[in-house]
Amino acid sequence: MNNLTRKQRKMLYRILAAAALLAAVKLLPHLFPVPVWMAVPLFLAPYLIIGWDVLWKAVRNILNGQVFDENFLMALATVGAFATGEYAEAVFVMLFYQTGELFQDYAVGKSRQSIAALMDIRPDTANLELEDGSLEEVDPEDVEVGSVVVVRPGERVPLDGEVLEGVSALDTAALTGESLPRDVGPGDAVISGCVNQSGLLRVKVTKPCEESTVSKILDLVENAGEKKAASENFITRFARYYTPCVVIAATALFLLPTIALALLPASAQPAFLAGTDWTGWLHRALIFLVISCPCALVISVPLSFFGGIGGASKCGILVKGSNYLETLARTETVVFDKTGTLTQGSFTVTALHPAGGVTEDALLEAAALAESWSSHPISVSLRKAWGKDLDPSRVTDVEEIAGHGVTATVDGKAVSAGNSRLMEREGVQWEPCELLGTIVHVTVEGQYAGHILISDLPKPEAKTLVEGLKAAGVKRAVMLTGDAEAAAKAVAQELGIDEYHAQLLPADKVEQVESLLAKKSPGAALAFVGDGINDAPVLTRADIGIAMGALGSDAAIEAADIVLMDDNPAKIATAMRISRKTLRIVKQNIWFALGVKGAVLLLGAFGVATMWEAVFADVGVAFIAILNAMRCLHVEAFKK
Amino acid sequence: MKKRFKLTDLDCANCAAKMEEAIKKIDGVHDATVSFMAQKMTVDADDARFDEIMKEIVAVCKKVEPDCVINL
Repeated sequence: MNNLTRKQRKMLYRILAAAALLAAVKLLPHLFPVPVWMAVPLFLAPYLIIGWDVLWKAVRNILNGQVFDENFLMALATVGAFATGEYAEAVFVMLFYQTGELFQDYAVGKSRQSIAALMDIRPDTANLELEDGSLEEVDPEDVEVGSVVVVRPGERVPLDGEVLEGVSALDTAALTGESLPRDVGPGDAVISGCVNQSGLLRVKVTKPCEESTVSKILDLVENAGEKKAASENFITRFARYYTPCVVIAATALFLLPTIALALLPASAQPAFLAGTDWTGWLHRALIFLVISCPCALVISVPLSFFGGIGGASKCGILVKGSNYLETLARTETVVFDKTGTLTQGSFTVTALHPAGGVTEDALLEAAALAESWSSHPISVSLRKAWGKDLDPSRVTDVEEIAGHGVTATVDGKAVSAGNSRLMEREGVQWEPCELLGTIVHVTVEGQYAGHILISDLPKPEAKTLVEGLKAAGVKRAVMLTGDAEAAAKAVAQELGIDEYHAQLLPADKVEQVESLLAKKSPGAALAFVGDGINDAPVLTRADIGIAMGALGSDAAIEAADIVLMDDNPAKIATAMRISRKTLRIVKQNIWFALGVKGAVLLLGAFGVATMWEAVFADVGVAFIAILNAMRCLHVEAFKK
Repeated sequence: MKKRFKLTDLDCANCAAKMEEAIKKIDGVHDATVSFMAQKMTVDADDARFDEIMKEIVAVCKKVEPDCVINL
């Protein structure tokens, strides 16, 4: 009761009053005799209480030229029932209709609220640090770029910025659907919408509120409804013809038998007219009018898509329109970019092959120390593999030779670490590696100490990806990469990719996608998954462009149709399952609503159905369809 | 120029579809969407006559769904 709006509560009181009055009027004749002429005014009282606004709207809309409007149809049906002497029925139908509308209104409002709550990741206030060091609580919109805000534990980061002071873990779940916290410290970028979990952070704002990540995401999801799916458009078109058709059918159902009854002599009348009179046919026609509103369909289809998009965003998947959700459900081929999508895009030490007499640790330590001054990704991966603290004072005379490697003096010994070219330059005999990847050879005092294999590893989540996609209905997984054939093959085999194309230039990728587009079966769709950084042309060329790791990358959000907020490729399968579920629910609703309405129309035409079935086919079906549509929002099973 | 407006008391989905249909027919409107779920309207219309067109849109919507208010 408390969560009804004022309007809804008023309607509830009207319904209760009219129901009570109707019961009283029905009981009256049992208590004392009521003259026949009193029936009409007695039933008119509850009828007007419950239906005056419908009648008023019907009149007003006709004056505005809106004829086939649900108010008009309900008014006509109930006034018709009155005219044929079915007083109680007229009141009942109106009562039911209003109750159904109230339910519908409530359910839609509720679902709209729950979707809005889902997206309520926008912080309301920011703690702006003033010049004297005190804090003032302000609207994030009023914070200028360059000013400093303080984020206390438990608060949301109000604006995008850079940490000046403080160390903390940020919960990105609202943005990514992933509960793994992200550690941040001074110098790190933080994104609005994340929840600060542990420490106090002083953040320098780098973007105005309207350009912040959280504003962009909300904007995107809120406006997703603008791009309508084909089934949505179908329903609106259908609705435009459905109502007039049913009304015309109703008119014919009443007029034709009535005229036949009046004109033909009893002996010449067809069998189905026998024993009927015009009021019976009018009654059947009125039943048609009650069913003629297409509301169940018109509400439940967009509601399903809205729920699906809302549910997906709960999982950190942003879908830019209902049409993309629909296309995703038809996806047959998924094309992946390799680096950064299937693989980590960063280098990891995967093997240590020391030469005779050298331990693995010694080899790695020497290399890590020699490269300790460099910020090259390979050096970073060496230091990460070593994992222990490196004392920079042990390293002197560092020299980086571009395209070759590094030479340095470590603990007084000459160490060089680099590729085969460096070895040749130094005149050292080196051993080739049988494994694929980038090789770092190491020499100590001119002696070959062995080599270290560094490669770009597949993401751990990618291993179950193909399986997940196949389970979600994808037929083919294709990988495109600029890397060498051998490296591509290794990754493709490990991940179970059906087809791969290696050594492609960016332009070749577009070409490959085009030839794959030409090969797909009719009606099916092709999705391309990339990191959104340099594959914008391919993202737009594919039926569906999916960008991943978009947290903080504006380019990816711009170019793609579906955006995964984090780096987890397994989310693609999740998105696919959500889209299929949504589409399944949309189809269920369409067939259910059309089926029930069709059946009741048929029964009504043969005089079997009553007003009761008709009201159920109208508001009852709408209510059930709305409840079904709400299931789109439940994605817990997909989250894991 | 593309602009978004919030709608209040847009009660029926079918009316939203009808409003959208009617707005699209107005001269100078390139595209329009009325979202029943988001209670929002997006209008893409000629820059020069935008205000004039908006007046027409308000009039048209009043006809279709008199209870619905466009928050300009």
